[in-house]
This record gives sequence, structure tokens and C-alpha cells, in this order.
Amino acid sequence: MARRYDSRTTIFSPEGRLFQVEYAMEAISHAGTVLAVLSKEGIALAAEKKVTGKLLDLSLAPGGQMGGEGNQAWLGGGGEKIFLLNNNILAGLAGITSDANSLVNFSRNAAQQHLFTYDEDIPVEMLVQRLCDMKQGYTQFGGLRPFGVALLYVGWDSLHGFQLYQSDPSGNYSGWKATCIGANHSSATSLLKQDYKDDLTLEEARSLCLKTMSKTMDSTKLGSEKLEFATMTLDPKTKQPLAKIYRPNELDALLRQLELGGTSDDQVGVGEATGGGGGDEGNVAMST
Amino acid sequence: MGDCSFGITGKDFVILASDMNAGRGIIKMKSDENKIRALGPHLAMAYGGETGDTEQFTDYVERNMRLYHIRNHNALLPPAASAWIRRQLAQSLRSRKPYAVNLLLGGFDTTTSLPHLYWIDYLGTKADIPYAAHGFGMYVALSTMDKWWFEGMPKEKGVELLRKCINEVQSRIVVQFNFNCILIDADGVHQLDLSASDPIADLSRAPEKAEVEVPNPIIAAPA
Repeated sequence: MARRYDSRTTIFSPEGRLFQVEYAMEAISHAGTVLAVLSKEGIALAAEKKVTGKLLDLSLAPGGQMGGEGNQAWLGGGGEKIFLLNNNILAGLAGITSDANSLVNFSRNAAQQHLFTYDEDIPVEMLVQRLCDMKQGYTQFGGLRPFGVALLYVGWDSLHGFQLYQSDPSGNYSGWKATCIGANHSSATSLLKQDYKDDLTLEEARSLCLKTMSKTMDSTKLGSEKLEFATMTLDPKTKQPLAKIYRPNELDALLRQLELGGTSDDQVGVGEATGGGGGDEGNVAMST
Repeated sequence: MGDCSFGITGKDFVILASDMNAGRGIIKMKSDENKIRALGPHLAMAYGGETGDTEQFTDYVERNMRLYHIRNHNALLPPAASAWIRRQLAQSLRSRKPYAVNLLLGGFDTTTSLPHLYWIDYLGTKADIPYAAHGFGMYVALSTMDKWWFEGMPKEKGVELLRKCINEVQSRIVVQFNFNCILIDADGVHQLDLSASDPIADLSRAPEKAEVEVPNPIIAAPA
């Protein structure tokens, strides 16, 4: 009678709570921070990489090719945090990496299906809704565990322009001007609340995004080995959405320019030899 | 193939016109059948083909456009709608009993403020073109449109061109036709009365008289 135990995963507690869903959200608040800032000219998205280490070989991992602009952004962010879901939509993920991979695959599929039937890029909110419908399903049907993943969606469509959405394991989603998921998300959101202005330029959005990130993360100096970064803008010529996932050297250059760190080229790997890396941090199955 | 319809785009508008005959073979049973259907706040199609199939297919399209609008709070834009309709016909063609429906789809894209006209046939052919005809109009009026159509036509010139085409059909084709006409612009879908001397002036004078029943829901654009 395995069913008796399985069905317990998604039923209400006597206090009217869904513990499995709450545990999933708890798992996410230990995951690497993901933070995004919306502006009229585009959106900036930053994510903290938790799985690092000297011996970890990411060169063949999804995203191991390390970013680029436009179609090259399909290569991913050089880690497990930032993915291109469609030409017009980037996502930053916090939570269990394997669950996240499955969601990325699902949303890419949904986006291509929309392209197939309507010959247009999927509107951002529609993709968010597709994904959240599925996430909600996993909080209701017995025998299944909810997805331990929260996402930030960063996109553009012709109906509503630039948009930023957030979704959690319960299947709730909401639109934001600037928001944050993962570790320290509450302190990061209050920092964003203080510094956000409605008429930000893309330049200012990028800097607000990275500055808030540097205050939120434990390490004092930011660098490309700890961070993924991407922007969604409009191509000045074609007026079509342009995703850009920063390559490590581009991100370090930007960080140096903002005086937030950025490992200089000859310094790459120097820190890793002594501290950090390896040990318990190298467990790929952990929450990122 | 007893049908005849026209589509003309111009500056910020698209006109659709269709004959009003209904019948079988050489018999005309009706000469006041409306063969233009509004599919949304800025979308309409003129259709012809196998009687019965036409009604069945246009009902199906209209209700799916409406469903999309209800689900997503925004109507499908003309390019996306044309892709969906074309795919339905292409899938139907490969079924046991395909729909034999030809149509002209006209729409106004509110995001880019551009008019769109699509020529679609029962084989699932789709062409995005500035002026088009189906049925008898293809034989006698395409050359008229080649000669007189120009980029950025004002509405009055569009009606004038339509009248030239209808005149061509009436003088060259044995069958007698009445014509029904609509115009789509940023304000929506409007009826045009071709028997009036200046239907465009009538439209701007009394737009409420030219209202066309549009499937719900109509969501007003934010100011």
C-alpha cells in the first residue's frame, strides 16, 4: 500500500499548509542568489554560482561554452544558472539543478511549439504561465514532489515590451521592476527598493544589479568565477530582442569598471589554489 | 468557384470585399449572403468555397480566436492569426475530409500600426500581399489592381480601386454579383456601403452606423 504514503506529499496539514511546497521554497532560499533589474532600455540579470572548485570541469557542461550575444547566448552562462529559453526570453534559476534542467527543457519546448503554430516568438507572460501551470500541477497530484526551483524570467515581446517575472514552486508568479530569489533574497529586495528609480537607463540597471549583488553575496570581491551575468535589450538596427550572456572576460571588465572586483587576467585561478574549491562545495547535486 | 472577393491595403487600413451569392452549380439561391466575418477587434476574413465547409470552418476559426483572446487578454495579431489559420487548413487537407475553403484575411496590427492582408487557399498556401483576389476576381481584376494600386493609398483611393475591380467583374463575368465590403483600421472593423457615393465620408461622419458585430470580449486599448 505505497499509495497511503505517496498521497501524503501534497495534502494540507491540519493548519492548512502544504509542507512539501514550503520545504521546496526553503530549499531555494539556500540556493545561489539570482537578481534582476528592469529598465526602459533593457533588463539586467545576475546570478551567483555556488558550484565552483578547482577540479570541477565545466568545459563540457551545459553552458560550458560560456555565453555570447544573440544566437550565441544559447550556449548558456558558463554554469547552471542562466539560460536562454527562447530568442526573446532569458531565465535565471535558483534551486535544485536537475529540476531546473527539466524546467528549462520544458519551457524551450513550449516556446518552440508556439513558434510552430503562430510563427511568432511566444509572449513572455504566456511562457511563464505555461511553466507555472505545470509547477502548480505538481503541488496537487499525489505521488509527485514539487519542483524545487524558483525562476526569474527576463524577456521582451511586442505587446508589453520589457518584462520581468518571478515564479516559485507553488506555481505562483508575479511581475516586478526589480526582484531577487535565492539566498538573502529579502535583504536584497529591500536594498533594491531603496535604490530603484523608474527612469533607469540600461547602464544604471546593470550597475544597480551588480552593486546589489555584491552587497548580498558573502564574498567581498566579485569575479566571473562566482557570477553569471546577462542582459536583454533591443537590437538598435532590427528593433528585435537581443539576449546577451556575458563571457567571463567581459563580465570581469564590467566589474572592474564598476569597481566591484573582477579578477584581472593574470590573477585567474590564483585564489583557488589556496582556499575554497573542492571539498563539500564540489557536490553537483546540491542546490545552486 | 462561383465566388469573388477582393482585399486591398493602404495607409493604415485594409479593405475586404466579397460577393453575396449563395447557391449550387448554376443555381443562385440567395444574393444577400454575408461572406465576411469579423474574427476580433482588428481582424476579419472574406471566405468562399464549398458551401457548408465555409460556415463550419469560419465558425471554428472565430471561436478559436475568441478563446485565445479570453485566455490571454490579447487578441492574436494578424501575422500569428494567419499562421494559425493556414496550419488548420494544411492539417485539414491531410485528413479524410478536408475543408474546401479559400479566404482573404485582413487585419490591423495594433503593436506596429500596420495593415496586413493574407491570401490563403484550401491547400494551405499563404501569401502576405498588398492587394489580392479570390475566385472570379483573380481572372479579371488582378491586372486592374496591378495598374492602379500604389503604396500608402488613402482610404478614398482604396474604395475607388475596389469599384474599378467590381466594375471589371460585372462587365466581364456572366454571373451577377452584389458586393459586401468592410474596412479595418486602428479603430476596428467597419461596414462600408458601396451603394453610397462616398462611403469613407459616411464612415467618418457616422461611425456608429458602420459597426460590425465583433466577437467578444472587446478589451479597450489602454489610453
